[in-house]
Amino acid sequence: MSALINQVRRAFYMDSVALMRISRSVGALPGVATAALMIGSATNKKLMQDAGLLSDEGAAAGANDLILAVRADDPGTAAAALDEARKLLDKPATSDRNGEEWHPKSLDTALRQLPGANVALISVPGEFAAAEARRALHRQLHVMMFSDNVSIAEEVALKQEAKQRGLLMMGPDCGTAILGGTPLAFANVVPRGEIGIIAASGTGLQEVSCLIARNGKGVSHAIGVGGRDLKAEVGGIMTLMAIDALEADASTAQIVLISKPPEPSVAKLVLDRVAGCGKPFSICFIGADDMHVPANAGLSADLRSTAERALAGRRIASSGAPASAAELASRAGPGRTKVCGLFSGGTMCAEAQVFFRRAGMVVASNAPIPGVGKPAAAPDAHVLLDLGDDAYTVGRPHPMIDPTLRNDMLGGALTDGRTAVILLDVVIGYGAHDDPAGELIAHLPPAKARQAILIASVCGTQEDPQSYSRQVQVLQEGGVVVAPSNAHAAELAIEVARRLA
Amino acid sequence: MQIIDDGNREALKRMLEGDPVLIDVVPARSVMPALRERVLLHSGPPIEWPRMCGPMRGAVAGAIVFEGWAPDLDTAVKMAASGAIAFHPNHHFDAVGPMTGITTQSMPVMVVENRRFGNRAYCTLNEGLGKVMRFGGNDAEVLGRLAWLRDVLGPDLGSAVRAAGGFELKSIVARGLSMGDEMHQRNVACTGLVMRQLAPWLARTSRDSGRLAEALAFIGGNDQFFLNMAMAMGKAIMDPVRGIEGSSVVTAMCRNGTDFGIRVSGTGDTWFVAPVEMPQGLYFAGFSAADANPDMGDSAIVETIGIGGFAMAASPAVAGFVGAGSASSAAIYTRTMGEITVGENPEWTIPALDFQGVPTGIDVRLVVDTGLAPVINTGIAHKQAGVGQVGAGVVRAPMACFTQAVRALARRLNVE
Repeated sequence: MSALINQVRRAFYMDSVALMRISRSVGALPGVATAALMIGSATNKKLMQDAGLLSDEGAAAGANDLILAVRADDPGTAAAALDEARKLLDKPATSDRNGEEWHPKSLDTALRQLPGANVALISVPGEFAAAEARRALHRQLHVMMFSDNVSIAEEVALKQEAKQRGLLMMGPDCGTAILGGTPLAFANVVPRGEIGIIAASGTGLQEVSCLIARNGKGVSHAIGVGGRDLKAEVGGIMTLMAIDALEADASTAQIVLISKPPEPSVAKLVLDRVAGCGKPFSICFIGADDMHVPANAGLSADLRSTAERALAGRRIASSGAPASAAELASRAGPGRTKVCGLFSGGTMCAEAQVFFRRAGMVVASNAPIPGVGKPAAAPDAHVLLDLGDDAYTVGRPHPMIDPTLRNDMLGGALTDGRTAVILLDVVIGYGAHDDPAGELIAHLPPAKARQAILIASVCGTQEDPQSYSRQVQVLQEGGVVVAPSNAHAAELAIEVARRLA
Repeated sequence: MQIIDDGNREALKRMLEGDPVLIDVVPARSVMPALRERVLLHSGPPIEWPRMCGPMRGAVAGAIVFEGWAPDLDTAVKMAASGAIAFHPNHHFDAVGPMTGITTQSMPVMVVENRRFGNRAYCTLNEGLGKVMRFGGNDAEVLGRLAWLRDVLGPDLGSAVRAAGGFELKSIVARGLSMGDEMHQRNVACTGLVMRQLAPWLARTSRDSGRLAEALAFIGGNDQFFLNMAMAMGKAIMDPVRGIEGSSVVTAMCRNGTDFGIRVSGTGDTWFVAPVEMPQGLYFAGFSAADANPDMGDSAIVETIGIGGFAMAASPAVAGFVGAGSASSAAIYTRTMGEITVGENPEWTIPALDFQGVPTGIDVRLVVDTGLAPVINTGIAHKQAGVGQVGAGVVRAPMACFTQAVRALARRLNVE
């Protein structure tokens, strides 16, 4: 037989919705059949009567009194539930001072909220992205499209429309841009300066802009164009427009251009345009070092050399004594000889391949540059993996956002008896994980228990939310060797591997 | 498109120019000649007995007994099932009704005249809370109260309203918004404001103090008394907005407990219909979501004119029916509805939103484009006939109504 308790609080009023919320919480307690907190009006008492919740005590309550009623399995449970009801009733209202924030769901509402806006950042599933981009272009907004899975035909159509309207169409699949000092999507806090950047690559742009920032210079604007802009179908529409924009921009004194090697017809178009521009260029077509470029341009095969050229030839080096490859090699477990690269940045992986290829190492990658094979075809090769590749990101966030996948693979690489060196990039800045270095270290066994050496670089700046120096420190304290750039990290890994070969 | 923009500008203009005044309370048949014997109006788009939900059937049976067309509920059910009763939507007779929305010939209706356009709209009197016909109740207590409304309160209110020369409703709503009402779930302030104006006229016209006290106690004891006035007002405001060429503004949203229907200005009197959804909310003692009937009633006419769920920011307590129940979450409802409406009402403002006007004029194109369905505050009826109200909450209008309307408008404008 269940137990019913009523309690009356005289001359007490609380809003009925608030009372219903408390009733629901109390009614959900274990052992409680039903509960109601109601003001003792005739209508309410009738409701409670019908629900079997009214005792004589409650029935005597007036229209200005509160009735607390609980029916539970036994008197003890009912009394405890009543106590809980009283607690909830008397609990001071706690509220987050800022409350819930409203965000507009549509572009037009957003524009009414921010009438001066001139850029739309689009990050929606690919099938909807083109329609949203068109909508933005029709409202005379530049577009940065983070979304991928947009067809190349759509890309061409959007870029042509943008060109006609005199607007930038950055992307699809544009991960990074810095416009007038404002970082968009995955980008770092880079000081403003005289170097303009045009990049078909996200992490390539991040690495070069961070190397520039950490070595004392700044960026005027960094314009992403999407990974396919220099394909023959697209014909470099946005790269050419970006050159126009930076040429016209008074704050830009020199221009950095980063891309995978373009198709020859497009390369000619772009290089002809470079030749016609009055500003000096540093060009990096990752891995290409034998291409003829105009007199106002220099060509580099890797990101570090590109940054150094933009820094007027200044050499980027480690602030402390460089790590000794011989010492590192001595730490590798017996019989371990191979390098395993686990990259979150695709261009970081490509740049590392450039160094391995140049050094004559047998190397394989899931995202191979020309001259490099796939891992399946070269079982004894050093393996450099791009974990941001579609094959790894289906149904999960990019490894720059969620390091879980890489941390799992790290465990596998450490226990693989062939792995001597694990090569890593740690990308920070807006959009990236809050503490990638901390997450990485937390997943590693203690340094003494490791049979492989970890070599990493941090792509970021001191002003980034995660702080460059803090991330470096965490890695070093965790026994990870930190190189001053992705290129340095690759070179050191090669040195160690050579000594173990 | 220019014709749509022009149409919507005209629609918004007519909505804002509306001047609704409560001018009378009279028996329904005196203003709706179609309401003869065995004719019954219900809420929502057209529906026949076989598809009616439990509470709607309960209310129909109760109304048949109330009108004396059958001696008891069992006979009434048989009569309804046999096709002996003609069912029509309130909306087809310039009327609206909350929840089951039953209107029959002898029920008293409030008459609201839109003085700017000269049209009139009708709604029955609010029966109070608990077991009532609008929530499917039909026992002797329910029918007894309806008889009192017909024989006592209706005539007395009629006399008072006529003597007063009518009550302007727009300003009452404006003040109610600043006092925490959103005019759907919460009508405490507006009921009090009406009562203040009404009481002296009731006193002047009443024939005895016992009757007067009964009337005042009934109104004063019913926090939702104003809801039905707000609904008649909504209907009176929206009817002149019907039939504007090209306009994509919604002129009515209503539900019969089975189907949700909307009408759009530029597509005439076509109903765009989809299955009703289930409200989310809080339940009275002893009831749960398992007892709930899906969404019902013509009351969504108040959201159609920009109050109710659209004015949630004015009434943070109501947001407590779902989610966190914070003032900021209430504001989000109103701001979000601003994304699917063509304008704001400068006379109906919300203090907590820096006196922003309520979002006004639902544009079916914006609803489909943003994927944001109108939010409606609502009571929840028990799914079985005869039980009554079991809770209250918040529900969305089904998106399918709006996609159909957009297509129909496109066809009409030859832009399919």
